Amino acid sequence: MMKFRFRRQGTDPQREKIKQELFAFNKTVEHGFPHQPSSLAFDPKLQIMAIGTKSGAIKVYGAPGVEITGLHKDTTAVTQIHFLPGQGRLLSLLDDNTIHLWELVAGMPREVVAGKSFRGQSTCTHPHTFLLLASATRVTVLLLLRSCDVVSIGTEGGGVYFLQLPRLSLKEDQTLFQDQITQSLPDDYRCGKSLGPVESLQEHPQESGKILIGYSRGLVVLWNLHTRHTEQIFLGKQQLESLVWERSGNLFVSSHNDGGYSVWPVTTGNTYSQQPASTTIPYGPFPCKAISKILWRTTHTGSPLMLYSGGMPRASYGDRHCLTIQQDKDHVTLDFTSRVIDFFTVHSTEQEKVFDDPTALVVLLEEELVVIDLQTPGWPSLPSPYLAPLHSSAITCSCHISHVPPKLWERLINAGKVQQGCQRGNKVSSIWPICGGKNLAPPPKHQELLLTGHEDGTVRFWDASGVALTPLYKLSTANVFHTDCDPSDDPHDPDLQQEDEWPPFRKVGCFDPYSDDPRLGIQKISLCKYSNKLVVAGTSGQVIVLGLNDEQSDHLVDVSVVDLLQDREGFTWKGHDRLEPRLKPAPFPPGFQPLVLVQCLPPASVTAVALHAEWNLISFGTSHGFGLFDYHRRNAVLARCTLHPNDSLAMEGPLSRVKSLKKSLRQSFRRIRKSRVSGKKRTITTPTSKVQMANAALAEQEEVAPVQRRIEPRSADDSLTGVVRCLCFADTFLRDGTHHGPTLWAGTNSGSVYAYALEVPGVGLGRVCDRVGASETSLCVEAVLGKEIQLMHRAPVVSISVLDGRGKPLPEPYEASQDLAIAPDMTNAHSVLIASEEQLKVFSLPKVSAKTKFKLTAHEGCRVRKVALVIFSSTAQEDYSEHTLVCLTNMGDMHLYNIPGLRPQVRYDCIRKEDISGIASCVFTRNGEGFYLISPSEYERFSLSAKVITEPLFSIQLDRPLDLTPASSLSSPLLDTPLDSPLSCADLTLDTTGELTEGICTRSSRHSRPVLIFPNFTSGLCICPAALWMKQRTT
Amino acid sequence: MNKNHRVASSRSLSSVEVKSKFGAEFRRFSLDRSKPGRFDEFYGLLQHVHRIPNVDLLVGYADVHGDLLPINNDDNYHKAISTASPLLRLFLQRKEEADYTFGTDTLTRKKNTVLSAVLLRPDANRKKPPVIISLPKDFRPVSSIIDVDILPESHRRVRLYKHGQEKPLGFYIRDGSSVRVTPQGLEKVPGIFISRMVPGGLAESTGLLAVNDEVLEVNGIEVGGKSLDQVTDMMIANSHNLIITVKPANQRNNVVRSGGGAASGSSGRSSDSGASYYGYSHGSGIAASMPTHIIQNFPVDELDSDEEEEDLVIEVGGEADPVRRLSSQYSMPPPPRYEPHLNLRTTSNTTISNSTSTHSIDTNGTLAVDGSNGSLSYVNNTNTTPSLDRPLERRNLEEDGTVITL
Repeated sequence: MMKFRFRRQGTDPQREKIKQELFAFNKTVEHGFPHQPSSLAFDPKLQIMAIGTKSGAIKVYGAPGVEITGLHKDTTAVTQIHFLPGQGRLLSLLDDNTIHLWELVAGMPREVVAGKSFRGQSTCTHPHTFLLLASATRVTVLLLLRSCDVVSIGTEGGGVYFLQLPRLSLKEDQTLFQDQITQSLPDDYRCGKSLGPVESLQEHPQESGKILIGYSRGLVVLWNLHTRHTEQIFLGKQQLESLVWERSGNLFVSSHNDGGYSVWPVTTGNTYSQQPASTTIPYGPFPCKAISKILWRTTHTGSPLMLYSGGMPRASYGDRHCLTIQQDKDHVTLDFTSRVIDFFTVHSTEQEKVFDDPTALVVLLEEELVVIDLQTPGWPSLPSPYLAPLHSSAITCSCHISHVPPKLWERLINAGKVQQGCQRGNKVSSIWPICGGKNLAPPPKHQELLLTGHEDGTVRFWDASGVALTPLYKLSTANVFHTDCDPSDDPHDPDLQQEDEWPPFRKVGCFDPYSDDPRLGIQKISLCKYSNKLVVAGTSGQVIVLGLNDEQSDHLVDVSVVDLLQDREGFTWKGHDRLEPRLKPAPFPPGFQPLVLVQCLPPASVTAVALHAEWNLISFGTSHGFGLFDYHRRNAVLARCTLHPNDSLAMEGPLSRVKSLKKSLRQSFRRIRKSRVSGKKRTITTPTSKVQMANAALAEQEEVAPVQRRIEPRSADDSLTGVVRCLCFADTFLRDGTHHGPTLWAGTNSGSVYAYALEVPGVGLGRVCDRVGASETSLCVEAVLGKEIQLMHRAPVVSISVLDGRGKPLPEPYEASQDLAIAPDMTNAHSVLIASEEQLKVFSLPKVSAKTKFKLTAHEGCRVRKVALVIFSSTAQEDYSEHTLVCLTNMGDMHLYNIPGLRPQVRYDCIRKEDISGIASCVFTRNGEGFYLISPSEYERFSLSAKVITEPLFSIQLDRPLDLTPASSLSSPLLDTPLDSPLSCADLTLDTTGELTEGICTRSSRHSRPVLIFPNFTSGLCICPAALWMKQRTT
Repeated sequence: MNKNHRVASSRSLSSVEVKSKFGAEFRRFSLDRSKPGRFDEFYGLLQHVHRIPNVDLLVGYADVHGDLLPINNDDNYHKAISTASPLLRLFLQRKEEADYTFGTDTLTRKKNTVLSAVLLRPDANRKKPPVIISLPKDFRPVSSIIDVDILPESHRRVRLYKHGQEKPLGFYIRDGSSVRVTPQGLEKVPGIFISRMVPGGLAESTGLLAVNDEVLEVNGIEVGGKSLDQVTDMMIANSHNLIITVKPANQRNNVVRSGGGAASGSSGRSSDSGASYYGYSHGSGIAASMPTHIIQNFPVDELDSDEEEEDLVIEVGGEADPVRRLSSQYSMPPPPRYEPHLNLRTTSNTTISNSTSTHSIDTNGTLAVDGSNGSLSYVNNTNTTPSLDRPLERRNLEEDGTVITL
């Protein structure tokens, strides 16, 4: 009865105010590499780069920390992007034949979610232009003239159209149809055939108003816009792929379908050029694939630098994704693991300069971004500070560590540096070439670490303190085992082995989706940040304890085998074998080095781990049971089988096979799914179409044969009941109310909870021994089963945590003993919070009697997927914080409950409920942020806290010679600081809230940001408000 | 035993006025309150005053609350006498034509205590077959239609009691669409329907649900706007006491309400559970838009049947002995220690630690025991200790600090 009365508190205005100060939901940053990129552009003036994706997103990157995201209203692939240099504007061409003009604007000052906004002038050209383009032909290429007031459009039909900027209105009299060109061609070249689509449009580098038009059939025309005459015609015979001017304008280069390129001189007075000056097929003589894009950059050292993608011999290397860099004798074929989308060079663009002198090559691949330093001999690749390919091997799990101690942080960075050093061989001196904008975010007050486990057995450590997710260190567990491809057999220097090979391949990039052995996959990670102990557990029942070491070490890893089945009869494991541990000592680089390998038998995938470094204990669970291991004394303390006797499926073993098969299927389908998901990733709902969509959905529903669901309570003998879902160590009262001591808790899929009282020498029960004493080794850890709880609703136990006498979660190991956290209240009765998929329940200890509960599934019909205890700090009161239980359900929404009252506080919709992998990948931080995968390669960072928000905050210096805001401005409420005068230079700040971790950055600092400026397009076309993007993503 | 009663009723008036009705006939007589005698004497007296010496009778009386309660043994006879103030109204019926019965042959058995009551119904309901009250050991909630008085006639709220039955719930649900009348006209809205009944299942055997019935609520929560999976999860989460409100596909069998509305029907035990039970207001509007009056008649104990799904806690080990035994084999897990079944003290301590469902009289207890046996058996299997029979009643005495070890 009492609890019902309490629930009425929900309307208490005082409480509502506190809730507002504590909780707020924001999606803040996207970390990682954009999924399915489709286009690339670079603004040499602002030094910012834009990437368009197949789902209609445009992401702009500058210096680390400068990140902007925009999203087209339609989820159509962005096929081309062109910057209006220096203006912070860009044009995008979509797959649906529309052209969009975007500009950078500051976020809305009124909005809390100010956000990385990126205002788009939506829809394309004037209506009739649109119709013409749509009916007549497809747009193939765009060329933005240097004057930035005209865009020329090449089409599939062969016509070239000109649009006036910013209105994107068609200049009808300018249109150049193919007939005009054909007329002037010699008869023998014409031979009645069309010239094909326009493949390339390039403006003369010196003389504006002259553009080079390349047609698919091979014809290239130099067209003068002012005189509307052809200046020169180049009668190419080979199917054209791309064109590039030499800087002086004296020659241009064309690349062709046959894998060759031709150099054409441009001379005045000569109308027809029959033959190019030279034609080369670099990887001939056998048939080659097309060179899809070529760049020709002059250097002050003399010979030009040539960069081209493709052109590989069709038969032998036709399947490679290559890009060639060539200068004189230097010739490197960069061999990528994924398709080349586009590339550009960073070079000097000032008119005064005589040479291009490229400094860097930026290659956008389907799965990663590779930057090559062109100034350093040997053209090494530069490590990227952002756009990290998270999915270089598929992510299998993740783990977040907040408030990393500086000591550990430093050692990790050093380990990472050593690693990069030996990977690249030589030091990289150059700085990151894409450095536009200024990061204004204050340096993070606390270092945060995101650990991702991967399918190939690696654990990657990422700096998650700020907006840019930067790789720190990579740990490989494969060398603990003897695998088919032994790392020691591999030559460390890839250059050595490829000495005599032609083409001179060089493997570049780190995206490697092919796992040597799926059993190496990492399933669970636990790190103790104070003792620098790490536990990783994998797919074949391997649990590895690692310690941090700054020196390289050659040692043999101790192996201990724990049979979780005990003497269970009639069981034969039909799943995969365990991994063979390495028998010889192996070299382990500085960083985390394995100490002990605990192998569970049967070698089923590990489903839960727990680490208590203070007690030197680890616990691990699989689908068969769980074990407790003392890694200090190297002995197994406990093995407990959780299989239900009736669970015949598990007993016979195919359980694991079915499971792993399912899993490997899932993993192998991941790549296929990627393509399908992306289209739906960002669904857009306009209010007007909601009714139609609902109707459509309804109609769709009826067409599909109705799905039936059986209504039956869970029975005890369902299969997979033995899977251990969670493990937890706690110093609490298990046996009686007066003596506390170490305990281990384990929860299974069938709603069983096992609680063990542990006897750890020197810990608990008031017996204080000298921990470092010599006698210590003679004692050992013991575990005694204290309680067994069977939840009657039998739902899987998702999480167990012990609350102290004040109802607060117990501190992490070492926190209490080293005065890093408030000591837990051991005087009042403890309680244990057990979260199952259906209910949240708090039981008193040591008598396990239910105190409070919340039946989530019975009320809401949703099931608990992820649970975390989070500290929420108040934005109003400096020292006020609350512990809250955060619950992610299978519907993708976040429910927040106070503890130990378990009263619902707030609820936020977060992830689409169809996005199962997103929900499964969600990980929470200790202070109210979280991450989940929105694609295999991207984490969405979100915040549930009103105080702790990690968002980009930066400024970009813009130069907008043409103010595109007409005088008759559609009164924009945002136009507070008008930017009317032409040639004005605005300090445009992309306002977003900064990293406000732990609230020293107060409100006052938020208000003292630079002025926000909102130049606006108001040409009567639809303007998509900045907030819409946020909306679309959140719905 | 008579003495007790004399003491108890000593303060009341010396005689009790009795009005006995059999068929259309009334008899009036009085009894000495202090000396009511035994039930069989009284029974004989009734047969005598009504002149029906060889007729088997069911004797009922109207208690102070207006309930019709049975008189069939000394206890309830004395209770009836002692509580009568001032008139004891008796209702006699021939056993063979009784509208209601108190179970088989209970009249002749002395020791039975029939705990339950049949509601004294107004005349309009007189002919309704009343609830059969059986012996206590069989007494349990059964599946029924409830809240007839507060629901629209086209709706039906059905409670499915699963307890102690091996029968499966035995039904399936599906997505579908139903037509609603709105101000804009007819509108199709998605709905959840019963798609299949398992022959011999609980749902079918009650006869209260049928294929194509539209599910409107699950335990008082509207399913509108929820997906099939959500509704499935809600039903399974409530499966121990599932109350579903349906709109029957066949509207001809609806319960026709008596005009009076005075009948409290089966929901007569309603108490103020308060709408706040579902006051989980998170702004989604689902809770807010819920017609609160509908759930008013859910007695709290039915909704929040804690005692029915008490989690089972097994105390094991409890080796609180400060002198720890040193295990010789470190790699082997030390076996949990079990106490033999020689516990004596705890028998009086019935509230020991966790009120497990084994103590509850309802049939859920059997379920719990099954579950625990299962887990216990393999607890033993995993250990090298010889398998001990570990009865559930055994409790360790950690509260007292007393430990019994093997």
